[in-house]
Amino acid sequence: MSEFLQHLINMLVLGGTYALLGIGLTLIFGIMNVVNFTHGVLYTFGAYIMFIVVHQLGVNFFLALPLAVLAGWLLGAAIELTLLRPLRGSDIDTTMLVMIGAWIAMQSGALWIWGGVAKSVTTPFPEAPLVLGPVSVSWLRLFVLAAAAMLIVVTYLLINRTKLGCAMRATFQDQDTASLMGVNVDLIYTSTFAIGSSLAAAAGALLGPVYVIFPQMGDLAAVKAFAIVILGGLGNITGAVIGGFILALAEELGAGYVSSGYRDAMGFLIIIAVLIFKPTGLFARSERVG
Amino acid sequence: MRSGIAILTIVAFASVPLWLRDPYLMNALITTGIFIIGAMSLNLLLGFTGQLSLGHIAFFGIGAYVSALTSLGFDVGLPFGFRIVHVPWPPIVGFVLAIVVAGLCGYLVGLLSFRVRGAYFVIVTISFAEVVRLVALNWVELTQGPLALTNIPSITIGLPGLGDLTLRTKLQNYYLVLAVAVVTYVLISRLVHSHFGRAMRGLMENETLAVSVGIDVTRTLTLAAVISAGIAGAAGSLYAHYIRIIDPEVFAFINTVTMVIMVITGGKGSLAGPVVGGMIFGLLPVFLRPIMAPEAQWIAYGGVLIVILFVLPRGIVPSLALRFRKPKSRAETLAPVAFSERDAKEHA
Repeated sequence: MSEFLQHLINMLVLGGTYALLGIGLTLIFGIMNVVNFTHGVLYTFGAYIMFIVVHQLGVNFFLALPLAVLAGWLLGAAIELTLLRPLRGSDIDTTMLVMIGAWIAMQSGALWIWGGVAKSVTTPFPEAPLVLGPVSVSWLRLFVLAAAAMLIVVTYLLINRTKLGCAMRATFQDQDTASLMGVNVDLIYTSTFAIGSSLAAAAGALLGPVYVIFPQMGDLAAVKAFAIVILGGLGNITGAVIGGFILALAEELGAGYVSSGYRDAMGFLIIIAVLIFKPTGLFARSERVG
Repeated sequence: MRSGIAILTIVAFASVPLWLRDPYLMNALITTGIFIIGAMSLNLLLGFTGQLSLGHIAFFGIGAYVSALTSLGFDVGLPFGFRIVHVPWPPIVGFVLAIVVAGLCGYLVGLLSFRVRGAYFVIVTISFAEVVRLVALNWVELTQGPLALTNIPSITIGLPGLGDLTLRTKLQNYYLVLAVAVVTYVLISRLVHSHFGRAMRGLMENETLAVSVGIDVTRTLTLAAVISAGIAGAAGSLYAHYIRIIDPEVFAFINTVTMVIMVITGGKGSLAGPVVGGMIFGLLPVFLRPIMAPEAQWIAYGGVLIVILFVLPRGIVPSLALRFRKPKSRAETLAPVAFSERDAKEHA
């Protein structure tokens, strides 16, 4: 039983960051109809910004986090402006392939600049974990969970309570009508991509210090994000949050009770299972693409 | 005219070993040839049905593993105390089995994923490849996991009256790959000019219209997936018996991306496209290796993919063909696949 409780605790920590990844992707997927293959690179990017800011610039760990989010936002905006805006209106396959090209180039760029050797970020948290009866959890992981939860709430409020969020939701529902009502669709697209990218960077900045940082770390993160989005339903933020926690639970239980070698297979199996049994996602509200 | 170019090309390729003695270049040509076969099979799906399979390397890898295991033999335990013991069979049987098993996997993936389209199909195929990679990595008893399958025998061909010929040298493997590539090209060419090929293109151009004239969508797409996967499996088998060592890294996503870049650069939906794109991207590393680090090369490939999509979205071959095409010949020949009615109108 205590083992199961421990898995649940781990699930909460993982699930928070997975939810961040999923929200970012589901926003971009849902509003822009772009399969964003650079999502994983942004995750890697956030982690490396964390490393650079903490270790090479000597900035405080807690200050580094918002910097990583900001850097992700800027890179996302740059990708949207240079690659996606000229392709507005082309078919989904073309944008998908362009995003694959960007992903390959940027990931290889990370490998070129920072090398393939894994790096780790030192954190100000004590080594000794917090012990709560039968389970224990490190302070760092608790902080990750808290920060992820905060970012999820902020994003939720941004989408549901602000004017920008309202315009984003309008664009998601009907781009032409939104445009007729005076919504600047170009601005919405850039904002959406930048916000989604900054969330991926935030997830990387949070999980990077928990594990190690290496250029390919984003690949699995990207596919996990796809799994979460498919699970939660396209463009559905609440679905992405729940999907993030479901995926984390499946991974924890799979690693704990089946075989740790298949931990990362859970995301893929979930994708395949969902598409067979409930292709609209578990919490679908909206129409599907394609 | 067209067949003349084809024969000239084949003769040119066949003459390469006569003047090229560099073993490193020969090796590059052989692996390029194998990847071109893979790219041709990818083109069948991407270019002629419009479905982007980003898990294509799975079929290639499955072909490689099936062929290797058939010719090496294995002894695996199954649940409930069953064991499967397989004594080695000749590699040529492995080649055939590779096609069959990869084709079956293509059938399964097609059956599952053609209920969904577009982005979802892409993600299903990626997931499939990744699951297969994890199985290859973790089912150590069968696949040796990261330790790799080694000492895979070379392909032996029985020649009537001459006994068995084991294809060990680069020269022999070069001609084997060339022969399979030519057969693949002819097969795909016949296929896309057949009734089935027109059904595929009809689906790609306008699915609703295709359905209304009685084309069975799922059947057509699944059949295309089976053939495409089978060809990729054949390429994988050639790879296994040529390289003679296979590890789960064969399933790396980057290999699928290589094939995709080959198809897109050369021109999707054009028969010669994957060949042209494949020659460029197969041999580019050879020339770039002295001047660029591998990481820098990959940055360049990513950049080239983006630039090609912006500048030549149709790819090299269809763009060239459109430029050199005489207005007369457009009317008299059956429009080669890439130039659909829509394209023709755009350029008219």
